Formats: sequence, structure tokens, C-alpha cells
Amino acid sequence: MSASISIPILHHPTLAAPDSRRRYFTPGMLVVTAIAAIGAAAWLFRMLFGLGAATNLSNAYPWGIWIGIDVATGVALAAGGFTTAFLAHILHRERYHPLVRPALLTAMLGYTFVALGVATDLGRFWAMWHVMLPPFWQPNSVLFEVAICVMCYLSVLYIEFLPVACERFIGRVHLPGRLAALNQPVDRALRFADKSLGRFMTIFIMLGIMLSCMHQSSLGTLMVITYGKLDALWHTPALPLLFLLSAFAVGYPMVIFESIIAHRSFGLPGERDLLAELGRFIPFTLALYLAVKIADLALRGQLPRLLVGDYYTQMLTIEVLFGVVVPILIFSNRRLRAQTRWQFLGAALVVLGVAFNRLNVFLFAYSPLERGAIYRPSVSEIAVTLGAIALTVMIYRAIALNLPVIEQLHDDHAHHAPRAHDDVHLTVLADMPPQTIARPITPTVPAAETPALAGVKE
Amino acid sequence: MNARTSSQITPKSGSSVQAPTDTSRRGFLRVGAALTALTVGGKALASSGADGAAKLSEGRMGVLVDLSRCVGCRRCEWACNDANNNPHGKLEECDDQSVFATLRRPRTDQFCVVNATRNPLADPSPADPPIFAKVQCMHCEYPPCVSACLVGAMEKSPEGPVTYDASKCIGCRYCMIACPFERLTYEYDRRFTPRVRKCELCLHRTREGKLPACVEICPVEALQYGRREDLLRIAHERIAAHPDRYVDRVYGETEGGGTSWLYLSARPFEQLVDLGLPKLPDKSPAERTERIQHAIFKGAAGPLAIAAILTTLHFLTRKGGHA
Repeated sequence: MSASISIPILHHPTLAAPDSRRRYFTPGMLVVTAIAAIGAAAWLFRMLFGLGAATNLSNAYPWGIWIGIDVATGVALAAGGFTTAFLAHILHRERYHPLVRPALLTAMLGYTFVALGVATDLGRFWAMWHVMLPPFWQPNSVLFEVAICVMCYLSVLYIEFLPVACERFIGRVHLPGRLAALNQPVDRALRFADKSLGRFMTIFIMLGIMLSCMHQSSLGTLMVITYGKLDALWHTPALPLLFLLSAFAVGYPMVIFESIIAHRSFGLPGERDLLAELGRFIPFTLALYLAVKIADLALRGQLPRLLVGDYYTQMLTIEVLFGVVVPILIFSNRRLRAQTRWQFLGAALVVLGVAFNRLNVFLFAYSPLERGAIYRPSVSEIAVTLGAIALTVMIYRAIALNLPVIEQLHDDHAHHAPRAHDDVHLTVLADMPPQTIARPITPTVPAAETPALAGVKE
Repeated sequence: MNARTSSQITPKSGSSVQAPTDTSRRGFLRVGAALTALTVGGKALASSGADGAAKLSEGRMGVLVDLSRCVGCRRCEWACNDANNNPHGKLEECDDQSVFATLRRPRTDQFCVVNATRNPLADPSPADPPIFAKVQCMHCEYPPCVSACLVGAMEKSPEGPVTYDASKCIGCRYCMIACPFERLTYEYDRRFTPRVRKCELCLHRTREGKLPACVEICPVEALQYGRREDLLRIAHERIAAHPDRYVDRVYGETEGGGTSWLYLSARPFEQLVDLGLPKLPDKSPAERTERIQHAIFKGAAGPLAIAAILTTLHFLTRKGGHA
């Protein structure tokens, strides 16, 4: 009943999605929507009543999960954007093109919510424009560098995504009502943007990679300035390098993770073989990170501590064992990485491992000088964080349904022969409606309408 | 003699209380050195960094605290509250010693607190009186909060105090993360205009020629206001004159790169960590991050290197060669 609700815009005759057969609101999406709504309410509560009312932050713990998850983890997990762009556009590995746009969309939305997360956390959010004005700039600040880079990169991401909108709307701009008068100017602007951007896109892609490297590493430098608070297993001048290398390492797993979920959710065959090829890189990036991490611990004389087995060494062991070592084993095995199930497990482990690393650095391994001070995120903090993730999923789905982002979802863009449908059912995706998981190729889809998908049936 | 600056002050070599450099810290430096050499090849960077960048004024002021004189009367707390328009009761209420049962920290409405090594009420034996220590913002020579603040709301004033300008602040609280003494407090309960609150060494009073409120009220002259270099000289003279009464160390001379507040004590400072005098390296924590930042970004070296690598790869891997 409620599952048949759909966003009005999807049914607008002129803005009809290339694939309007797919519903926006599945039962799973209703849950996501509910989480987003609760998050929005909690966010409003924080905005109206302040940090003191909404959070459990204190003088001992000035930063909580909004910085640890929404910002630090969010930035890391958006690394799929620049790492995939590097592969496809800098190294010219053309076959990875189907992965570029979903990764770009994830990065764009991810960074948008990083910015929103920061704004939510700022005590004087209304003054955040100070960061943009040179008289306020304090270039010795690591946070200044992070802020400027994130702002620039967010702009670059929107520019990189513009061609997707151009592709969708050029020649198809039909604004409603009075706005129809603007159809032609908008169309002309899109054509102009498309033409001029095409020429400079490589520069923007390089700029994006450069900005990513800069702030991914600086995010690690942020915590170097602490003294006596962050445990020595993580507190090292090598933090910027480790943050950069782990961002490199989490890029492709995030793309795999998100690709499998998205294709399942839309009932598409998936990019199994392409993901397996992409997975080949993961052991190398992870091993590089692991080598630097071990060398860093060894150089600082911290390795013997691993034998002690206290709280911190346990946290580090979990982080490195499940987030790095196990995924290396999975993705270096040719047979395992060819299966969607293992691809998903391996990718999810890296994603969770990097998230756990960021949380260790910003929260779990951070102990204030104030004895006995504790931080437990408040209900509002958790609601806002979950709501932000839910809203990201919602916007992703809306854009994926309406713009040519996922190739298999949009017939006219599916240059690829369909890949054999992977019949391994993912129990992990329990919240997805059964029909979207199990549904192979819907027989209701006329063959003529989807030649690419129809090919599978034959 | 007076011309020496803090960076030239060397730790007292003969001191029994001088903290040995521990392995983790030595390791930290070794990794830092290795990385610096790796990323840039080193030489140009040696000159940059925090201590090269910030020029401290000659006449900057400070306060010398003689812990051997402090009797824990807490008049300084009262005067501080009074001078900073913070809530406070009558002066006599300071005599309440029950507050020493717990270790307190500065709050948004009280910028300095006096802590004791033990509760004098619980064990009033006069043979071993507790040590009292007043703690507040230490006004570092190279303040990490100033280095951390991205909009320049924190500043090291020429007079010595580290000041906060709410009109610039955006409320990110990175200064609080950066403070090695954890002395910054935040008005979480103000909905739209929360501020960082801390001691500003009574800059509003000293600019009018008055003493800091705490120094003015101290009945036993445990607090002394003056030029930092004079205070250091006085402190070392006092130690030399009464080697039996003081440990041979001035806390704040080098801690965290040096602080404006300096402490003399009869008890080794290692035993006073909980009172609010943590063990710190001789260099400001900001010096390290600034060195990393400047190493990567000096002359846009890092970004340019990335751009060069990307361009090279882009052309090397291009197929078809339709150049």
C-alpha cells in the first residue's frame, strides 16, 4: 500500500525518468525515510536549542560522533570518487567507466553531508562564512587547510557531475508552468556547460585528485597536535600518510560495496566481473597501508605493546585484522573475489575497518586529561548521524533513478553486455525487500524496451 | 643575560626532576624525521615551522607561582570571578576547604581553580600539609590553540596573554582538542552564541596599569606578575638561594615550548600532574604539525608534485597517440 508511494517528480510527464518503472519507495526505503525524518527532527532540535541541549559534548570531549563519523569517516568513505576517477580518466582504464559515475555521485553526496555535518557541529554555524574570507585566514591551521580543500573539492565534484545532468536534460528541458519560458535559456546554458566542460574536464579531475590527497592526509594531521590524549598506537607524525594511504585503500572497496547494494536494490544483474577486476588492486593498496602502519609502530617502539593486550591494543588488533588483513586474503584469492558474496564481505570489512580507524583516532583512543570524563553520544547525536546517512541513501536513489548514473538502470546508456546474473543471495541485505533482491530480470519488462537486460533471458 | 629567549633556554642538566625522554616520544621524533626526509628531502624545511614563524615580543609578561607559599585560601578564585564578571559569593566563602575533596577544572564561569594534592579536611595533620596549585590557561609561548584556530580567533598578544575573539570564532572547538593542558571551556548551553571561555591574564586590567586580579589579591605573595624573562631569573635565583626548599626546576620554562605561567615547587612536579601540571615535551605540539603542514605545502610543493605525477601518468597511459 504505502510501498506504492512515489516521488511526484518521477511521474511528471516531461521529467519522466529513463526508467520510471522502478518504484522509489520500497519497504526498505520507507525505513530509510523514517530514519531520515527522525534525523531531521533531531537536527532541528540541535539548531533551535543548541549543542548543550542536543549533544553530550563537554570540555573534555569537544568532538563527538558528528566529527568522528559524519566528517572524518564521511570524507574517508567518499574516497571512491577520486580513486575511481584516477583509474578511469588518468590511467585510461576505460572498462571501469561504469563505476565512475556511481562513485562520483557517492562522493558528491558524501561531501555534501560532510559539509552539513560540520555546520551542525559548529557552535557558531552562522559565522562559518568566515572561513571563506582571507582576512580571517590562519594558514598555520591544519583545519584551515582541510576546510578550504573540502570546500574546493565539493565544488569540483559538482562540476564533475554536471555532464551527467547535461546528458539527461539537454534537449529535454521542460520546466513546469510559467518557468517554461526558461526552457530554451536553460537548455542553451546546459549545452554551453557541456561543451566547455568537456574540454577542461581532465583538469577538473586532476584538481579533484589533488585536493583529495591534500585534505585526506591533513585530516590525519589534525590529531597530531594533541598531546597526551591520543594513544600512541595511533598518535604519530605519520598520521597524514596513514590517512592518505587508507583513503586510497578504501576507495575501491567502497565502490564495490555501494555497487553491489545499489544493483541489488534496483534488481539489476550487477557488475560482478568488473568488480572482481577492480578487486585485484585492493590487496596492494591495503598492503601498502599495512606496511607503513607496521613500520610506524616499529620505529616508535610500539610493537612490543601489541603483546600486552590492553583496551587499545585490542582496538588496533580488531581494526587491522578485520579491516586490513582479512580483506587482503579475500581479494588476493582469485576464486573468492570472483563471487559477489565475497566481494561484498571483503569490501564491507575494509569500509568498516577504515571507519573504525577514524573512530579510534577521533574518539575511542582519545582520552582527555580530565580523569573519569566519559562521552556517550546522545540520542540526538545518533539520530542526526543516522539521519544523514539515510538522507544520503534517499538522494542517491532519487538521482540514480532519474539521471544516467548506473548504466544497467538506464537502457540507452548500457554499452555493456550484461553480466551473468549472480545467483548468490546476500543475507546481509536483509532490509531490502525480497522482491528487489530475489527478482532476477522482471518478466514484466518488455524485451524491446530493454535489449540489454533481455539478452540475459535468452 | 636578559636577552635570552625561550628557545635558547636549555633544560637544567643536573636536575633530578628533569623528565627522561621516554621511548615513545623519541620514536615519535624518529618517525617524524624519517617522514620529513622521505616527503621532501629536507633542507628547505628546516628553517620553516612554528618557532621560525612566530616572533615573540621581548617584554611579554607572565606570572610566577610559588607553590611552597600557597596556602589554598582561594582568594584568587574569588578575585578572578569578580574581575571577569563571573558569578561568585562573598569573599569569606573561599575559606570553605571542602572543595579540595575533588580535583576541579576551570569552567565557563570560573577561569581558575585551586587544587590540592589531598583533601586537607580529611587529614588535617600539619606534619605533611597538602600542596595547593592554582591552574588556569597557561598562556603558552607557542600556543597550540592559536596554531589550531582556522579563523584567527585565538591570538598570542604582544603582552603575553593568549586572547580569544568571539567575533571571529566559528565554534569548531579544535582549539580545545589542541590544548595540551585541556584548559579551554565551551559554553555549550548558549544556543546560538557559545564562546570559548578562559583566563586572559586580566588583559583588560593590565592594559589599565592594574595587576591581574589573582595576583593583586594573593595574601601570601605566592603569585608574582612581571616580564617573563625577569620571572625566570627570579625563579632560578630563588632556587639557588634555597636549594633545600625547591626542586631545581621551573615548570613552564620549557613545558610545551614554554608558558607564561611559571611554577616553583618543593615537591617534584611529577607528583603534581593531577593538579593540572602535566608532563610535556620541550617543544610546542603546534611546532610539529606546522612543520608537517609547511613541509607539504611550502611553495605548493606537495600539490604541484601530485599534479606533475597525474599529468605524466595521464600522457604515458594515453592510447592511440593522437597527440
